[in-house]
Amino acid sequence: MYKFFGKYVPYLFLVPAIVLLAVFFFIPFFRTLGLSVTDYSNGLYSPEFCGLKNYLNVLKDPVFLKVLGNTFLFLILVVPFLTIFPLFVAILINQKLRGINIYKVLIYLPVVVSIVVCAIAFKWLYAQDGILNYFLSLIGVSPVGWLTDTRFALISVAIVTAWKGVGYYMIIYLAALMSVPKELYEACEIDGANSFQKHMTVSIPHLMPVIALVSTISAISAMKVFAEIYVMTKGGPLNSSKTIVYYIYERAFENLDLGMASAMAVVLLLIVLVMSAVNIFCFERDKYKL
Amino acid sequence: MKIKNILSHILLISLSILALFPFLWLISTSLKGGGENIFAYPPKFIPTDFTFENYVGVWGKVDFIRYFVNSFVVAGVTVILNLIFSSMAAYPLARMDFKGKKILFFAVLATIMIPFQAIMLPIYLIILKLNLTDSSGVINGYLGLILPFAVSAFGIFLMRQAFLTIPRELEEAAIVDGCNAFQIFTKVLLPMVKPTLAILAIFTFIGSWSEFLWPSIVLTDEKMFTLPVGINNLQGLFSSNWRYIAAGSIISIIPIIVFFLSLQRYFVSGKNEGAVKG
Repeated sequence: MYKFFGKYVPYLFLVPAIVLLAVFFFIPFFRTLGLSVTDYSNGLYSPEFCGLKNYLNVLKDPVFLKVLGNTFLFLILVVPFLTIFPLFVAILINQKLRGINIYKVLIYLPVVVSIVVCAIAFKWLYAQDGILNYFLSLIGVSPVGWLTDTRFALISVAIVTAWKGVGYYMIIYLAALMSVPKELYEACEIDGANSFQKHMTVSIPHLMPVIALVSTISAISAMKVFAEIYVMTKGGPLNSSKTIVYYIYERAFENLDLGMASAMAVVLLLIVLVMSAVNIFCFERDKYKL
Repeated sequence: MKIKNILSHILLISLSILALFPFLWLISTSLKGGGENIFAYPPKFIPTDFTFENYVGVWGKVDFIRYFVNSFVVAGVTVILNLIFSSMAAYPLARMDFKGKKILFFAVLATIMIPFQAIMLPIYLIILKLNLTDSSGVINGYLGLILPFAVSAFGIFLMRQAFLTIPRELEEAAIVDGCNAFQIFTKVLLPMVKPTLAILAIFTFIGSWSEFLWPSIVLTDEKMFTLPVGINNLQGLFSSNWRYIAAGSIISIIPIIVFFLSLQRYFVSGKNEGAVKG
């Protein structure tokens, strides 16, 4: 029957998407690779091919190494939390309780609110004479420079990312929990298991693929963190909260260092590419019907 | 059993408070008048010098209506283009055999794996070359904000999946009735995937509405600011006037809160997991 459509018909349907993806994905993708081996040090209008010079400069740049370290520290701060904590919240919320939907809505709310407003709200909590330091003073801890102390700035940013992500991953876990066969729980109850044992022996093993999925997608999105940093710290103090996307942004759009920004973009691209490939080919095959 | 339920409620209430606390504290601050120290120790949650003055003041100094309109135009057009282009591209990928289908499929899949942040610089250079910035007019400025997000691999795959579930007999019947490919698409397939189109529309809207990185790169003219960019700008405008910054932030989230609450079943049912980007 598909001969019926004529040879050109499928392409007609695909044209707008292909054109847009070409202009805003594939050409920029290859341009990034091209720019990363181009030298602009003689001015923006006299580019020269320079081989791997930009990459060497990136590797020699102490700020980049610091930024790369920060990025992985950020992942370590955010990913385990966002993989584990929302699972407990989902188990807690997957009960027949009065008003359960209200809890879902309230816990999910930070997900839909613009990250800019979330970051501003936290900046206010983090103020030197702010409410968080007041809470600390209640337990006898002296005020913390949440966003002004090099030891705490990155952690403070990570708290915002983690806080905003809970609802999102909770819903992913909730969907998976609803698909656990009820008989398995019933079998557990017959064996006299309490609810903790029930979840350890049934829910968690059943959810392992989803746990893996959440860990990779939360890692991918943590790699791309930008707005929280832009709004709260601008990467400071002393680069202590600067991560890779923010540094690329700074190099590209503030210093107009196209070559180095692109070399760093390729590093980002490779890291995210590997994570995404693992994600798509291992955990999301169904979603894409591969 | 009873005790377990009470314990669950206590935990869930605490979690809800943790989720809302930053916003509640902003609201509290935004309602405190000049006569009250917003840095008072111990902090007062209920304002003693209660006032709406900060809202009136910030509304008068910042053109929120314009930010709303800009965000609405950008998000609205982005949604419409995504619905059209994603479903159009998904149809042949789901239903037709043609040369290069496999390559195209994996090309689209590849765009999911390429982070926007890694290619944003060349995208910006292209936008400059096409004159799609706010310095060449309002329409161009909007297009520069919209076009890079006018089609998404996520949307194409979502629609493709929806088309795959429709029985082929329906198309065959339409062919017997003399429909061409375009008519089959608009009259037979699209009406059957309305729920999926709704999901795509809602999540594209939220994503576009809260996009921050791209508009903050391309926008230079304050008149073209979308909400997130405008709100971030409040920090500079009112440097340490936290009453105004708080009031402005709260004003800015009202539309999206209303949107979310009225469509909350789409978000928290768990049926569309992973639809919004994290």
